[in-house]
Amino acid sequence: SVMELQAVVMAAGGGSRMMDLTYSMPKPLLPVGNKPLIWYPLNLLERIGFEEVIVITTKEVQKQMHIDTKMKLEMVCIQEDADMGTADALRHIQQKIKTDILVVSCDLITDVALHEVVDLFRAHDATLSMLMSKTHEFTETVPGQKGKKKTGEQRDFVGVDSSGKRLLFMANEADLDEELVIKKSIMRKHPRMHIKTGLVDAHLYCLKKSVVDFLADNKSITSIRGELIPYLVRKQFSASTNSQKTKNDSEKNQKKTDLKTPDEDLLDLAREKSCWNDHRGDMSDAYHGGKLRCYVHIMEDGMCYRVNTLAAYIEANRLVSEQTAQVGADSIIGAACHVSEKSSIKRSTIGASSCIKEKVKITNSIIMNGVTIEEGCSIQGSVICNQAVIGRGADIKYCLVGSGQCIEAEGQYLLHLSTTVM
Amino acid sequence: MAGTEDITQQELNNSTGETRDETDSRKNDYLQSKVEGKALSKEEKLKLRKEKKQQKKNKKDDKGLAKEEKAKKPVPVMDGQQAQQQKAPPTSPLVTPEAPPTGEKSGKSKVELRADRRARQDVDRTSKQGKKGDRSQLASTAKTKAPPSEPQPVVKRLPEHIQADDPAVLKKVAKKLERQQYSRKAPLTQQMSIPSTVIHPSIVHLGLQYSQGIIAGSNSRCIALLHAFKQVIRDYATPRNEELSRDLVNKLKPYISFLNQCRPLSASMGNAIKYIKKEISNVSSNIKEEEAKTTLQNCIDKYIEEKIHLAAKAISKSAFEKISDGDVILVYGCSSLVNYILCDAFERGRKFRVIVVDSRPRLEGRETLRRLVKKGLSCTYVLITAVSYMLPEVSKVFLGAHALLANGYVMSRVGASQIALVAKAYNVPVLVCCETYKFCERVQTDSFVSNELDDPDDLIVTRKGKTELQNWQDIPSLRLLNLVYDVTPPDFVDLVITDLGMIPCTSVPVVLRVKNVDQ
Repeated sequence: SVMELQAVVMAAGGGSRMMDLTYSMPKPLLPVGNKPLIWYPLNLLERIGFEEVIVITTKEVQKQMHIDTKMKLEMVCIQEDADMGTADALRHIQQKIKTDILVVSCDLITDVALHEVVDLFRAHDATLSMLMSKTHEFTETVPGQKGKKKTGEQRDFVGVDSSGKRLLFMANEADLDEELVIKKSIMRKHPRMHIKTGLVDAHLYCLKKSVVDFLADNKSITSIRGELIPYLVRKQFSASTNSQKTKNDSEKNQKKTDLKTPDEDLLDLAREKSCWNDHRGDMSDAYHGGKLRCYVHIMEDGMCYRVNTLAAYIEANRLVSEQTAQVGADSIIGAACHVSEKSSIKRSTIGASSCIKEKVKITNSIIMNGVTIEEGCSIQGSVICNQAVIGRGADIKYCLVGSGQCIEAEGQYLLHLSTTVM
Repeated sequence: MAGTEDITQQELNNSTGETRDETDSRKNDYLQSKVEGKALSKEEKLKLRKEKKQQKKNKKDDKGLAKEEKAKKPVPVMDGQQAQQQKAPPTSPLVTPEAPPTGEKSGKSKVELRADRRARQDVDRTSKQGKKGDRSQLASTAKTKAPPSEPQPVVKRLPEHIQADDPAVLKKVAKKLERQQYSRKAPLTQQMSIPSTVIHPSIVHLGLQYSQGIIAGSNSRCIALLHAFKQVIRDYATPRNEELSRDLVNKLKPYISFLNQCRPLSASMGNAIKYIKKEISNVSSNIKEEEAKTTLQNCIDKYIEEKIHLAAKAISKSAFEKISDGDVILVYGCSSLVNYILCDAFERGRKFRVIVVDSRPRLEGRETLRRLVKKGLSCTYVLITAVSYMLPEVSKVFLGAHALLANGYVMSRVGASQIALVAKAYNVPVLVCCETYKFCERVQTDSFVSNELDDPDDLIVTRKGKTELQNWQDIPSLRLLNLVYDVTPPDFVDLVITDLGMIPCTSVPVVLRVKNVDQ
């Protein structure tokens, strides 16, 4: 039967911005609301109706991953130290790709109505369709960090047309010197452009099959977000695209399937006879005659988080525990947990097999699996990783305790320069 | 007034739970108040009713909830008179339950009456919930206010609009669509799985393009449809124990139903579908599948070539004879055929100028204007409101058609009949250009009996930052109507140029008859 889209989940790398957490546990397996991080994009795909997913990951992740899903997961392992970019990974599975693809990153937690993104892809016969969302400020204090981190976050400039759907321009602050340069050809075709900052790229892309084939021929592109997407956005308006590329494409097509070209002609004829245009005011046909089109769906409200920093990880946990109705109105307590009397747990997530003794106060924290917390402890705004032991009477505020660590009894740990206990 | 008194009288007559004393005391109260002043003031009536309600509530606590629920339901069902009179008073829920059991009181006891009432409530409740459930499902697909999109659970059963085989379901869907305004804001794809497995992907693409208006215009839609069918045939594989001729037709049914839901089918599309279905059923069972598929695809290509391309050439040749040098030609909206004719005549050297008439909300004339000016014709652009000012200088009117009906009426974009009417008043000849494949067997004499409804929000316009009709849905007595097509009587049309030649409007049934004989 015909497949319209193939789903690909990228779960091979990352976590470089939260090494405190990922040095012992690979990012796709980080627990969020007591489920591994990769469960969220897989659940999104399952909910909307995908039956098969290709997951690109490492052997280590594949060993530890146990996801309860009805979909057929095809795991493709790549070497962890091969330093493969996302585009390299796509090139690696080029043989498995038979049709257009939907690429999702393993750290995306969202409730977007995916049909909005895919409909743009379908209706306009687009080469690229992606998802972006308005940024939400992180309100929680991050353990192990003094104050809010502002440095290191370079802004993305995204230019869209007046309908808000067509992607015209994309650049990162890091790539620009002092000025934002916009080509005249873009301005001539789209005189009204809205430039937005403060958007989060969800790393969810619908790509045509021809892009994957193009990647196979251009081995210099390593990252989808860093190189491929800006390239495609630029290519929409490059002078050579509208004349040269179409010739190359039609030659390529003739090599592969003979039936395709006359069908494409038919579709072009239908468009030509149609009385629709995507813009007005100049003499050009719909889409300015361009074959390469990039679209973006910008989410106004709803949840869309990429868990790639510590702050995002904490915020995601908080949101997920808000959404799930489990034990305690605002906390999630994992399986085989032992919570003794007179303990109070507020707005926290407790992992499986943890043991919490009496008179413990836990607020706004994330406790992972197998943690033992002795009596009388007070834990506030912290992250306690797997198998840690917190001694009796310890007072921990805004700290990050690494896996397997032991906190001595009666210790006082406050938000301090060196309060990441490893 | 008389009505209210009757009701209160009934109330008194069948107070089923009250003691005699209380009934008497109430009766006395009522009679007293009646004696005191013939016209009871509203407040007193309200007070009386409140007292009665309170007493009854105290007595029948167990029945209280059930009664009120039941009361709320029969209120809309009640005949208009009673409903109107009970609108204001708060005891109206109390009053109505008394009315129905009157008839039954004679034969049954209190307990049996209660059981009857409860059974009726259950039936009402379940039927209402059933209606609500179905309505909300389709409401999400065709509501004027776009509901917030949420991720739906995996769709295990086929939604109604895809169950094209079941005639009962189709009837239900049709009724619901009648009741609701047509809106393109909430697409059908919201409830479908991604990637679409039930409907072929190219059909989903097509449906989206139809509903968003990216493919619009009779010829364009037909060509796009045939293109999608070619893809479907290419990807089709005959299942075992099935014949291609029968199975493929069955496969196409849900696709056609889906496309119909996205946007009602045009006459050109309908005829094309009929042709394809005929071709598929004529495929002999001897030939191999691959061969059959290639034959079908060639048939489709032939159909497009003959009925659209060659027809356009033939029509253009005939029309060329009708266009003279120095002509001022008026066109309306955007018709691919009329544009083709004008461009062709211009290329062949005729000197004429064009007046493009346009109308809201679609403003398709802008596209015509762009294409003609790009070719090099000199054009004038007006809105339809100015048509009677322009007509004195016009020598001919060329109109495109969406379909030609069997009684000679021309179905075209809304506004075309106006143009034809005004042209007739000014004695300007009206020529309709239409390929024969758009002739259809339907008969209709006015634009209201059957039409396509477009999104009513398209009619709303914002001028100087103010949108007058922004909240038109809150005004109960206001409804917006956005028609897409209208029919022009044959008296206003002087000539129809088809690929069979130039015929008068009244010859359309002859053409249809001849076509049917051929087939």
